[in-house]
Amino acid sequence: MTTTPPLAVSCRALVKRYDRDVVAVDGLDLEVHAGECFGLLGPNGAGKTTTVEILEGLLDPTAGEVEILGMRWSTDERALRERLGVSLQQTHLPERLSVGEVLTLFRSFFARGKDPDEVMRVVALEEKKSAWSEKLSGGQKQRLAVACALVGDPELLFLDEPTTGLDPQSRLQLWDVVESFKRGGRTVVLTTHYMDEAERLCDRVGVIDHGKLIALGSPRSLIASLGGQEVIEVTLEEGTLDEAVVSRLHGVHGVRRVADGFALAVEPLHVALPALVDHLRGASLRLKRLATRHATLEDVFVELTGRGLRD
Amino acid sequence: MTRPRSALRELTATRFRLFLREPSAVFWTFGFPIILSIALGVAFRNRPPDAVRVAIEASPDAGRTLVQLASPQVKATVEDEATARRELRTGKVVLVVVPGAPITYRYDETRPEGRLARSVVDDLLQRAAGRRDPTPVADDRVTEIGARYIDFLIPGLVGFNLMSSSMWGIGYVIVEMRTKKLIKRMLATPMRKSDFLLSFVAMRALFVLIEVPLLFGFGWLAFGLRVAGSPLLLFALSTLGALSFAGLGLLVSSRAQNTQTVGGLMNLVMMPMSICSGVFFSTANFPDGMQPFLRVLPLTALNDALRAVATEGASLQGIAFQVVTLTLWGAVSFAVALRTFRWR
Ligand SMILES: Nc1ncnc2c1ncn2[C@@H]1O[C@H](COP(=O)(O)OP(=O)(O)O)[C@@H](O)[C@H]1O
Ligand SMILES: [Mg+2]
Repeated sequence: MTTTPPLAVSCRALVKRYDRDVVAVDGLDLEVHAGECFGLLGPNGAGKTTTVEILEGLLDPTAGEVEILGMRWSTDERALRERLGVSLQQTHLPERLSVGEVLTLFRSFFARGKDPDEVMRVVALEEKKSAWSEKLSGGQKQRLAVACALVGDPELLFLDEPTTGLDPQSRLQLWDVVESFKRGGRTVVLTTHYMDEAERLCDRVGVIDHGKLIALGSPRSLIASLGGQEVIEVTLEEGTLDEAVVSRLHGVHGVRRVADGFALAVEPLHVALPALVDHLRGASLRLKRLATRHATLEDVFVELTGRGLRD
Repeated sequence: MTRPRSALRELTATRFRLFLREPSAVFWTFGFPIILSIALGVAFRNRPPDAVRVAIEASPDAGRTLVQLASPQVKATVEDEATARRELRTGKVVLVVVPGAPITYRYDETRPEGRLARSVVDDLLQRAAGRRDPTPVADDRVTEIGARYIDFLIPGLVGFNLMSSSMWGIGYVIVEMRTKKLIKRMLATPMRKSDFLLSFVAMRALFVLIEVPLLFGFGWLAFGLRVAGSPLLLFALSTLGALSFAGLGLLVSSRAQNTQTVGGLMNLVMMPMSICSGVFFSTANFPDGMQPFLRVLPLTALNDALRAVATEGASLQGIAFQVVTLTLWGAVSFAVALRTFRWR
C-alpha cells in the first residue's frame, strides 16, 4: 500500500484576469508536496508572480480552487499566515531600520517563531545587525527580505524571484539559505527565470508561459525529454545543415535552429560528435565554431516555445 | 533569547524610530512651529504707537503751526502744496494741515490712521489756541498677558501642528508604505490590521505629550505665556484633536496609490483650514454668514477650544460644542477610512 505525501499546495483551474483582456493565469493546476522544493519557471510576464500571490492569499483569483496545507484562505487566513513565510518580488523594507529592528518587528507578528539573532545567523547578516537597511548591498537586502520570511519559522516558504538582479556570489549565498531551509524538511515554492537556479534548488519545476503550465517534472526528467543530455552548438562559415540528414546521425536526437547556427540534442556525445564531423566533411561544410555543453532547462523552454526564457 | 514583544508595541516603537531618524520630519514638527512663533511674536509684538506723520502746507503761518505740533505723538514737516498732496496720496503722510482760518485738515476718512492723526493734531492745535479741558482725566496704560498677539498665536500654532503632524505622520506615511509594497508585505504575516492602524493612532497620542508642552513651554520661556485653565484639560483636548486629525489622515490615505495623490488631498484639507480656522488671525475677520461653517471645521473647533482653555481658563462645559465637533469629525472619518482602506 502506498501513501501519497500530504499536499502543501494544491490549486485547480486557477484563472486570474486583469481588466477584460489580460489573462495572467489561464487555468493552472498545481500540486506541491510537503517537503519538496517546487520551482515555477517562466519568462517575464508568464504569470509567476500572479500565481504565487494567489497562493499566498494576497490576490483573489478570478476562478479556481486553492488549498494550502489543507486549509483555505476564505476560512483559515490567520492560522495559515502563522505557518507561511513570504518574500514578495519587490518590497522596500523601511530604509532607516536596522537589520535587527526589522527582524524583531516581523517576529512580533507571529505567535511562534525563531529568535531574530538565530535568523540573522542563518542568512549571514549577524555583522549587519545594527546597520540600517538602506546601507545594505543588494544581496544583503534580499537576504534580509528572506530572513523576514523565515522569522516566523514557517512550514511553507514562498520566494518570488529571490535572486533576480543579484551578482553571482550573492546568488550562491541565497541558494545556501534556501538549501538549509530545505534540509529541515520544509516546503519551498519559488519562482525564477534562471534555469540554473531551478536546476540547483528544485526537486520539481513547472514551466509556465502565458499563464499556462507547459511542462512539469524534475529538472532531470525535463532535460531527458529533449532526448539528449548534451548539446552541440554548430556555426558554419557558409551554407546550411540538412536538418533531416543530421537528425538521423548516430546519437543525435534533435536539431533546431538558433540565432547563429544550430543546436543539436545529442547522447552519447562521443558517438554523435564524430558522426557530425564526418557528415560535415562529406558535405564540404566548413565550421566557424563548434561547442558542446550540458543541456539545461533553457533548452527545454526553447524546445517547447521556440523562444528563450529571457527573450 | 530575546522575548518576542507585542506587535502593537513593536509597530508603535517602529513609527517612533522612523520619525526620529527623518531629520526633515523632526524639523517640520518641532523646529518650524517654534521658528514661526519667534518670527510672528517679534513682528507683532506690542509696542508704543508710532508718531503720526503729518505735512504742513507751506504758508506764512506754517512755522507757528510746526511749533504748536511739537510733540512725541506727531512727526510734522512743512511742504509746498503739490508735495504735500503727493505725500498724502502715497501714504508718506496721513494728514495734511493747511494753516489759515479755518485750519483745514486734508486726510482719507476711511483710513483709521487718518482719523487718529486728525484727532491728535486737532487736540494739540486747540490746546495751543487756549482750550482748557473741563474735566481732568488720567491714563492707566496696561498690556495684559493673555490679550497679546502671541497669546492668541501659540494655541493656534499648537492646533495647526496637531493637524499637520497627523496628516504627514499618518496620511503621507501610509501611502508611502503602500507604494513600497510594505503594507502588502506585512499583510502576508499574521499581523492584525487593527494593530497596524492602532500603532499610528498610538504614535499620535504619545506625540501630544511632546508637541504640546514644547510649544506652550517655549511660549512661557520666550514670551511669558500663561495657561489660565487646567493643563490636564489642555492635554486631553490636544489628544482629542490629534486623534480626530488621525482619522482625517487615515481617510486621505485610505485609497491613494501614490504620494502625489495623497499630497494633493492633504493640501485640500490643510490649506483652507490653515487660513479659515483662526491659526494666525481671528475667524471674526470673515463675514458673519460664513461663521456657522467655520465654527464646525475641526481645526476651528480645536483652536477655539485651546484658546478658551489656555487664555480664558474655560472648563470642559465651556468647550462642549468644540469637543463634540472634534469627536464627530474623528469618528466619521475613522469609520469611512476603515471601510475604504486599500490594503493590497
Ligand atoms: N495589476 C495588474 N494589472 C494588469 N495586468 C497585470 C497586473 N499584474 C500583472 N499583470 C499582467 O499579468 C501578466 C503576468 O504578470 P506576472 O504575474 O507579474 O508575471 P511574472 O511574475 O511571471 O513576470 C503580465 O502580462 C502582466 O503585465
Ligand atoms: Mg514576477
